Amino acid sequence: MPNIAKLESGSYHLLQGNEAIARGALEAGVQYAAAYPGTPSTEILTTLASVAKETGIHAEWSSNEKVATEAALAAAYAGLRTISSMKNAGLNVAMDTLQHINLATLGDQGGAMLVVVADDPQSHASGDEEDTRWVAQMANAPLMEPSSFQEAYEMTKYLFDLSEEFNIFCWLRDYTRLAHARGRVQVGQYTRATKKPKYDSTKVFTPYIAPPKHAILVEKMARIRDRFEESPFNSYEGPESPELLIVCCGSGAPCSRDAVEDLNLGDRVGILKLGTLWPFPSRLVVSHIKRASKVLIVEEVDPYVETHTKAAVADAKLADAADILGRGSGHISYVGENNPDRVIAALCQVFGLTYETRDASYEKKIEDIAKPMTASRGLIWCPGCPHRASFFAIGNAVKRDGRNAVVTSDIGCYTMDIFPDGPQVANTLHCMGGGVGEACGFGQLAELGFEQPVIGICGDSTFFHASIAPLVNAIYNKANMTIIVLDNAITAMTGFQPHAGSGRTATQEVTPTVDAESLCRALGCRVEVEDPFDTKATAARVQELLKDDNGVKVLFLRRKCELLRQREEKRHPYKVWVDTEKCRGDKCGFCYRILQCPGIGYDKTTGKAKIQEALCAECGLCADLCPSKAIMKEERA
Amino acid sequence: MGISADPLNLVICGVGGQGNILLSGIVGGAYMKKGYYATIGETFGAAQRGGAVFSAVRVSKKREYGPLIPEGHAHLILGLEPIETMRLLQKYGNPDVVCVTNMYPVIPASVSANRESYPDIEDLKKAITDLSSKAFFIDATSIALELNAPIAMNIVMAGALLGTEQLDLTKDDIIAELKATLPPDRLELNLTALDRGMKAIA
Repeated sequence: MPNIAKLESGSYHLLQGNEAIARGALEAGVQYAAAYPGTPSTEILTTLASVAKETGIHAEWSSNEKVATEAALAAAYAGLRTISSMKNAGLNVAMDTLQHINLATLGDQGGAMLVVVADDPQSHASGDEEDTRWVAQMANAPLMEPSSFQEAYEMTKYLFDLSEEFNIFCWLRDYTRLAHARGRVQVGQYTRATKKPKYDSTKVFTPYIAPPKHAILVEKMARIRDRFEESPFNSYEGPESPELLIVCCGSGAPCSRDAVEDLNLGDRVGILKLGTLWPFPSRLVVSHIKRASKVLIVEEVDPYVETHTKAAVADAKLADAADILGRGSGHISYVGENNPDRVIAALCQVFGLTYETRDASYEKKIEDIAKPMTASRGLIWCPGCPHRASFFAIGNAVKRDGRNAVVTSDIGCYTMDIFPDGPQVANTLHCMGGGVGEACGFGQLAELGFEQPVIGICGDSTFFHASIAPLVNAIYNKANMTIIVLDNAITAMTGFQPHAGSGRTATQEVTPTVDAESLCRALGCRVEVEDPFDTKATAARVQELLKDDNGVKVLFLRRKCELLRQREEKRHPYKVWVDTEKCRGDKCGFCYRILQCPGIGYDKTTGKAKIQEALCAECGLCADLCPSKAIMKEERA
Repeated sequence: MGISADPLNLVICGVGGQGNILLSGIVGGAYMKKGYYATIGETFGAAQRGGAVFSAVRVSKKREYGPLIPEGHAHLILGLEPIETMRLLQKYGNPDVVCVTNMYPVIPASVSANRESYPDIEDLKKAITDLSSKAFFIDATSIALELNAPIAMNIVMAGALLGTEQLDLTKDDIIAELKATLPPDRLELNLTALDRGMKAIA
């Protein structure tokens, strides 16, 4: 990654979408950045934090997205330009704050605020395909969606100016194929921002009393709509009167260009690319639709542009309104992300064309030769991961307990438990904090006759993010449950971001460690700590806790993320090998079938277990657990 | 010598943790410095947890292409793992595609658990050769293990890619990117890895 503070004005760089946004924010004079890590948004804050010291900006990992948004809002009240970034699911956490901000305004110190939400169409790393664009209307906040890396950078700068001018926060919609993609960006001048924050404490800023403030906001949005109708971020390319007009935004633009080029339809199809999505530029869209006989909407994920386009056409009362095709007409699926092939298929349907991806004989070869020669590759924990041991022990304890314990889980690397290749110990899994929250409900059902023990799982970062409020609720309402905190000392899933319990800030400064264990004790919980690699002691402890009916118990299973440990220690703890004389191979299969560590597998030639040399972390877990004592470990000097 | 097709579509595929993303950045960055538009799409889902990972590098003189390659449209597949080459050939292969594959297998959990089987390496070679116009094979992981740095396998593969002489990128182009991307104390190791990869193919 280049140092984004040191890019020369006018120079070109291959930037990730998230880096382009970070550079745009720096050039716009951002002085305060706050976020909680979440794929695919994480790198916006990572990038800003990496240059925070040299640029004099504040960059923080906040406990959660709501806190991040409130922190950024405060800095805007103090007159600074601020950014809060989050993934789609994080928006839900921050929404309570965001819903109010623009009624209250950003104060009177000339501050500005940009909120970036990275959606994840196709759910590459999310629980759903949430489409952020709908909430822009709800919160009365202008929203733009870039369709190139250059636009991501330019829109970021533009939205800071718009935010300051109208005294409301603005929204940038990021998405996986921008956030986690790289392209060419020409950067501009960066000058260090040095504004001193201050607040006029005679002033009050609040959404209360809302109706008159709402009226002002509605008027502001009307003025912004007029501006968006003329915005250069909306552009048309193609013939004067196209047979088909594609109206697209975001990744829909490059996918549409590719599809039109591939099918050689440049003379027949025009592309209207929208960058300003709320307020929706209805007049602009209608003026283009008048010139076309058919319209195809290419966007992701929901029919947002499609709905607004249909409304705009209805409002305009066009005599011979063009057919508007897209999700509603069945030309494009409601599910999944944009890709060139999806647009190619839609265009073929519209124009009655046939399209062959490749010739039929090659296609047959793929069917006959390639398909049988692949194996599925599901997600599973890394070699040496503490979660493998934790779930092994928890699973054993639940089995031995024999009362059908209910296990509610949460978001983190340990989510892989419920995936097809995982051990599937957990029963429910939804969102950040949901593990403890749901356990708290199950844990109160005894009074209605529920007889099963309850385990709620969370991670260390998840604990601080959204598990404390449900924990307090559980204590208050006398729930009977065991919380297991899988404490691996870092926010591992998103790439090792520190959190309140890590003792380091986003800029790697030393900071007080918030001790989750003491916090739970202070709340009155029974607290226990085990090393999950001691699977016997861990399983025995879980079993014993399940029998303890005295309210809320918290068990910390503490062992550092193996990837983090390897980074720090740069060595394997043991030398590990298989004694093939003792190994019973498929008669047992414990290490490769039950533990499922990528570091060890079944070897067809010997019929025994075999260490995968390039992957094995030599953590020794399989050696400790091998029923035949056939896996040997020896401490490294 | 320019690019052999415009846009030129490269697929780099492998398994999480193999350094795929860094490698695509190096190849894309080298093209951009030569005055091309380069776009890279990364598909990796839940970060680096052993899943199939691929990136697409698209290079053009004309305009900026999107980060996703239309199906069947790859010109070159650089596979860091043999069944991943096989997987991506299914989606992006065509009779003209060139494949460069690291033949060191990374066994998926489904195979480790003996639920599915891993194809025979010689059968895989034969099939990859059959499905491409040119196929190059290298045991890049073993070379990296010899260098005591399995993590440098991706750079051995960058060397292999240079060795095939299929792209108009020179060793100096790649070295410049390595210098710009890697911490100085990792440079020497990676230059050795690059050399070893080139020699293994040449």
